[in-house]
Amino acid sequence: MPAPAVEITGLVKRYGARVAVDGISFSLARGQLLALLGTNGAGKTTTIEICEGFRSADAGQVRVLGLNPASDGAKLRPRVGVMLQGGVGGYTGARTQELLQLFASYAAHPLDAGELLELVGLSDAASSQVKRLSGGQQQRLSLAMALIGRPELLFLDEPTTGMDPQARRVTWELIRRLRADGVSVVLTTHYLAEAEELADNVVVLHAGRVVAEGSPAELTRAHSAGQVRFNARPGLPIADLQAALPAGAKVSEPAAGNYLISAEVTPKLLAAATSWCAARDVLAERLNVEQRSLEDVFLALTTDEPADQPTSSKQDPGKQSPAGELTMNRPSARR
Amino acid sequence: MIDFAPAPGAAPARTMLAAQIRMELRLLLRNGEQVGLTLIIPLLLEFFFNLPVLYSLDAPRRIDFVVPSVLALAVMSASFTGLAIGTGFERKYAVLKRLGATALSRPVLLAGKTGAVLVLQVLQAALICGFGLVLGWHPSGDGLWAVLLIVLGTATFGGLGLLLAGTVRAEITLAAANLIWLVLLFAGGIAIPLTRYPAAAADLLRCLPSAALSDGLHQVLQHGGGFPLRAVLTLLVWAGVALPAAARWFRWE
Repeated sequence: MPAPAVEITGLVKRYGARVAVDGISFSLARGQLLALLGTNGAGKTTTIEICEGFRSADAGQVRVLGLNPASDGAKLRPRVGVMLQGGVGGYTGARTQELLQLFASYAAHPLDAGELLELVGLSDAASSQVKRLSGGQQQRLSLAMALIGRPELLFLDEPTTGMDPQARRVTWELIRRLRADGVSVVLTTHYLAEAEELADNVVVLHAGRVVAEGSPAELTRAHSAGQVRFNARPGLPIADLQAALPAGAKVSEPAAGNYLISAEVTPKLLAAATSWCAARDVLAERLNVEQRSLEDVFLALTTDEPADQPTSSKQDPGKQSPAGELTMNRPSARR
Repeated sequence: MIDFAPAPGAAPARTMLAAQIRMELRLLLRNGEQVGLTLIIPLLLEFFFNLPVLYSLDAPRRIDFVVPSVLALAVMSASFTGLAIGTGFERKYAVLKRLGATALSRPVLLAGKTGAVLVLQVLQAALICGFGLVLGWHPSGDGLWAVLLIVLGTATFGGLGLLLAGTVRAEITLAAANLIWLVLLFAGGIAIPLTRYPAAAADLLRCLPSAALSDGLHQVLQHGGGFPLRAVLTLLVWAGVALPAAARWFRWE
């Protein structure tokens, strides 16, 4: 079995007295896509630049394709495609096609520069100077430059920053194709939707630590204190309902006839709740399932202060995150 | 439909080198400032130094002193000042960082820059010599030795320029490269013959790479001398220090 695409154990990086990365660990299997999610200063770029060999670790182990990026850079670089944060890098006085062609000439089996430009929508800008391209166009060129050598592993640092929504969709489509063709990808992003759309696994970084990790579905589930609301006739025996539900569920009647189930929202939970009602000939009206998006999870994990609780919510804040003191019951911003 | 199935690998070094030289040259010739520094200023200096209104050059025919001097100056402009400033700003704007994340190795990057400068200098030398002939220059000596000196000078000054650009901030590189250029121009036997300095100072200044290059070129082209041993040795020592130091300490970002 080949070595994992990326394997990081106990990575620490300090800049002077400031600890930028504080003992993080994660790994990426071959052919998978991992999103490093976090706010500015969370340690995403530092982590990715250590993987790229630009910075050295102060402690911990980093293996990229089984190699040490700090000492095996020459072996590693031909196998890895890199998209740096903030602009193209590379000769900005060159024309688009020239620059991509130059990067093609570094590779043994490069993709066709013309086709690739067309794919990222830059055919019309092929003979424009790179510095005259818009921010979004530069990002797309930068992505093309990362891809042209047919790498087995890609590091994309904020790949869609500066793109309009249309270009972002196109880029997501392209990244999905890369993954489907067997390329392993690590990307950093601020955009939760991006991680949710693309990633097999998400690692949420906050202040240099991993505060959550898992597939987007696992993250939203594990950190969801989801809610089910329904209306029915007032005065139902809520202790009885609670007993019929999976363990951990809490039932309350915040206002007469308004019922609230706080629990991890699963198909079982819904089935148990509705069959309990059916057995008592109770019609649950306006049945409403509130699940959390990754965005809610992210906000909850990366906000140090417990956020204001909505006054209507009566239940206790859950305390279940690895960080230990984060509130988990912020209502969904989406539903 | 493009297939992205991984097929990584580095191209042969000579493919990268050729591509690198082509790119560097293209950019050099597109950059007006560089063209001015490396192609136009030497011709202007050639014209003005040749005017007899200036100080004495201790030469019976001014132009025979001026052409080797301007050749030395042009080498210094292109391979030291121009290369250092260009590279310094490439470093600042993360050009080199980006290149450092590819299969392009550091020696090939540096060789590419040096190669582009060499090609540029063929162009410079042709212009300077051509204009010199128009001004009545009588070349003497073996042109081959002159070529050898120019190649050695390029390696030396290129190494020094990259060492400077690769280790300090772009703004400091800009200031230092221009300042050093001026110092070497006046104290390095290019604009003022070293014979006009006190003997002790002249002996010391003769060890500067600009003096070695300029002395050697004068010895060959002005005085029709043979193999310029001292100049070649001096340049070899400088190149032997500067190139490995640049390769060792050059930082991509």
